[in-house]
Amino acid sequence: MNGERALRRVGDLAGLPTSAQGPRNLVWWGNISFMAIEGTGFALAIGACLYLLGQSPHWPPPGDSLPGLGWSGAFTLALVLSELPNLWLIRQVRAKSIARVRLGMLVMTLIGIALIGLRWFELQHLNVGWDHDAYGSTVWMLMVLHTSHVVTELVETAVLTVWLYTHEVGDDQLGDVEDDADYWTFVILAWVPIYLLVYWVPRWL
Amino acid sequence: MSPDERERLHAVWADRPGLLGFLGTVDHKRIAARYIVTVVGLLFLSGMLAIDMRLQLSQPDMRRMGPQQYNEAFALHGSTMLFLISVPVMEAMALWLVPLMLGARNMAFPRLAAFSYWLYLGGVLMLWLPHALGITPDLGWFEYPPLSGPAYSPGHRADIWAQMITFTEVAALAASVNVVATILKMRPPGMTLARMPFFLWAMLVASLMTIFALPAIMLATSMLIADRLVSTQFFAPAAGGDVLLFQHMFWFFGHPEVYIIFVPAVGFVSSIVETFSRRTLFGHVPMVLSILAIGVLAFGLWVHHMFAVGLPRLGNDFYTAASMAIALPAGLQMFCWIATMWSGRPRFATPLLWVIGFIATFVIGGLSGVMTASAPLDLQLTDTYFVVAHLHYVLIGGALFPLFGAFCYWYPKATGRMMSERWGVVAFILIVGGFNLGFFPMHVLGLEGMPRRIYTYGPDMGWGTLNLVATIGSAIAMLGGIVLTGNALISLWRGKPAGADPWGAPTLEWAARSPPPQHNFEEVPVVTSIAPLWRHGDLPVMTGLATDRREVLVTSVIDAVPQYRHHSVGPSLWPFVAALATSGMFVASIFTPWAVVWGAIPIGVALVLWFWPRRPRSATGPLARR
Repeated sequence: MNGERALRRVGDLAGLPTSAQGPRNLVWWGNISFMAIEGTGFALAIGACLYLLGQSPHWPPPGDSLPGLGWSGAFTLALVLSELPNLWLIRQVRAKSIARVRLGMLVMTLIGIALIGLRWFELQHLNVGWDHDAYGSTVWMLMVLHTSHVVTELVETAVLTVWLYTHEVGDDQLGDVEDDADYWTFVILAWVPIYLLVYWVPRWL
Repeated sequence: MSPDERERLHAVWADRPGLLGFLGTVDHKRIAARYIVTVVGLLFLSGMLAIDMRLQLSQPDMRRMGPQQYNEAFALHGSTMLFLISVPVMEAMALWLVPLMLGARNMAFPRLAAFSYWLYLGGVLMLWLPHALGITPDLGWFEYPPLSGPAYSPGHRADIWAQMITFTEVAALAASVNVVATILKMRPPGMTLARMPFFLWAMLVASLMTIFALPAIMLATSMLIADRLVSTQFFAPAAGGDVLLFQHMFWFFGHPEVYIIFVPAVGFVSSIVETFSRRTLFGHVPMVLSILAIGVLAFGLWVHHMFAVGLPRLGNDFYTAASMAIALPAGLQMFCWIATMWSGRPRFATPLLWVIGFIATFVIGGLSGVMTASAPLDLQLTDTYFVVAHLHYVLIGGALFPLFGAFCYWYPKATGRMMSERWGVVAFILIVGGFNLGFFPMHVLGLEGMPRRIYTYGPDMGWGTLNLVATIGSAIAMLGGIVLTGNALISLWRGKPAGADPWGAPTLEWAARSPPPQHNFEEVPVVTSIAPLWRHGDLPVMTGLATDRREVLVTSVIDAVPQYRHHSVGPSLWPFVAALATSGMFVASIFTPWAVVWGAIPIGVALVLWFWPRRPRSATGPLARR
């Protein structure tokens, strides 16, 4: 009994499936919500940067060098291009092709490792210390914020890849891969405004 | 459901006995109850701090506290009330009520709920353990730089405050994501958005506001910690930083926060008014629209906390107008509640008394809010006791009174017992009377020019009598709080058995047993109206949810059409371990920046083990078992 009321059966749910893909899946909404939280964090960090930039007569202040365009350009190109295998991966998830999903995740892991390498060199060429002035602090804040997302996403992808190769893959795990791939798209999209703000806005001002 | 199936269902949803069961539970009711018990303990501590401060101010030239002790007392009181009580208790009420009101067996992400509580407890300990050791933040509840920066606040007091924020905000964000996903995707068949009870709308709006407001404070306090720990220059004017940036970010969070506390209270009040007026809410649709309007407008008001810092005039004018605009949806709600009671057959049990206390008190707080929304008047009143009076009328009257009403209303559901009505009325009179006696005089003190955050004042100021009255009022309210808590504790043993639906209420939680079993409902209720239990004498249900594994029903976002049966995860120690690891990282990071790097490793390991799916070893692919 539910409480003290008499129950009246009006239907049965036993015939429903036990998993779903995309927005039908409950976990997809959790993933989207976390993107909303972190997207808000990115937006506010960008807002803080624009605020400080607006308060300062010169950006960067006189004496500070501009950040290098070489490694950052390579990172950005590689990051944007990584969306292609990522989209391919999402298609394999939809097609439930386990072998290709495993392969796609392995490729994404390797791409993630390469990106971290590029990011490492990129960070050597920001040409300002975080403790030098508010400009330096802001540049480093944006970079650390984005790098932490690349690292988190890489670890998640790598762990999931190991799991996928060693276990029987069910529909729920395909859902996990899709969420992981969606999150990768988010990490790419978040980088675009930050890249412009860190590397190009100081040159245009 | 056959007796066999029923037994299996109980076994599948039961927690293990003993310590492991205690630490690993993912039962939303147990988790929410922990939140609430923690909050009650903190309310007592925070109330004692308030009494301590009131005694100090009860007469001129009192010497029982020095300025440092006084600074610590109001900083600890404010931080506890805002960050450790008001927001978490609203999350807790959502965690407890939302699945029951949806006829669901658990939250969308059960382990995330457990993680949320353990991290919240970490935040409580972060503030109160150092206090027990004599290290207490002393810069108020909003710790503005440059005072909180490295130059003026050496030591770790400011770090403790800033990191306590990180704990509680991560906990609140985790809870909010859970509430949003549960409300959007786990409504019972038939509960379209149009038939969703108002309480769930309130919790949905409050949770969405949390998602968009809390990152601001986390970012601001992280920047403050970075300034203090690794010498960044965000708030250092000499190096191009700006102290007002902190205020902007703090209040971009801080003003929505007031509504994150108030909006759930609107939900409590609406539920109580509906049940005790014995009719559905007057103006349900305008009420929903007004709460959505509040959710949006609340993000456009923050600068009214900064009128005195010297911003451009045009900005002040805009924020004055926006601040007054939000009084419109809030006023509309008042009229809807009054119309519901007027046109219904009201029964003045304790929960409805609290609603009436709320309306009277909150209207006063709202009016003093409209006054302080005006930039020229605010310049006179800011940092005086008028603001202390206003904020307590809004927060105590607007959030805690509805919370006490909600506590009395849902207590029988949670415990299976009725609270004593007589002692309920005594507590109500003591708290509402004592509160108004204690805080109304502060309006006058503020108008007479008494500044807030002073530890004493001279006899020639003429503020002694009103301060003594304020102290007496606060003590009466505190006594009322003890009566309320005592009533709740004694009723656990002595209360009359409540039955499933003691108030004759319309929403689904009253169809479950009191207290509800761990799986809440055996079958999935089907909803055909906004007040489902008033529509039919019996309960239409759908069968077919598994009894041999933890399963919940997932439905579509708008129309709540059943989509699939979702496997709901069971108890696990990993959320507790992950919270421990996160706590360790947070605490260590006020001493060394490397804690963020090395501390991430145990957190990562705990999260991997938390989410590691248990399935058979692969029979295909290069790493297959052969």
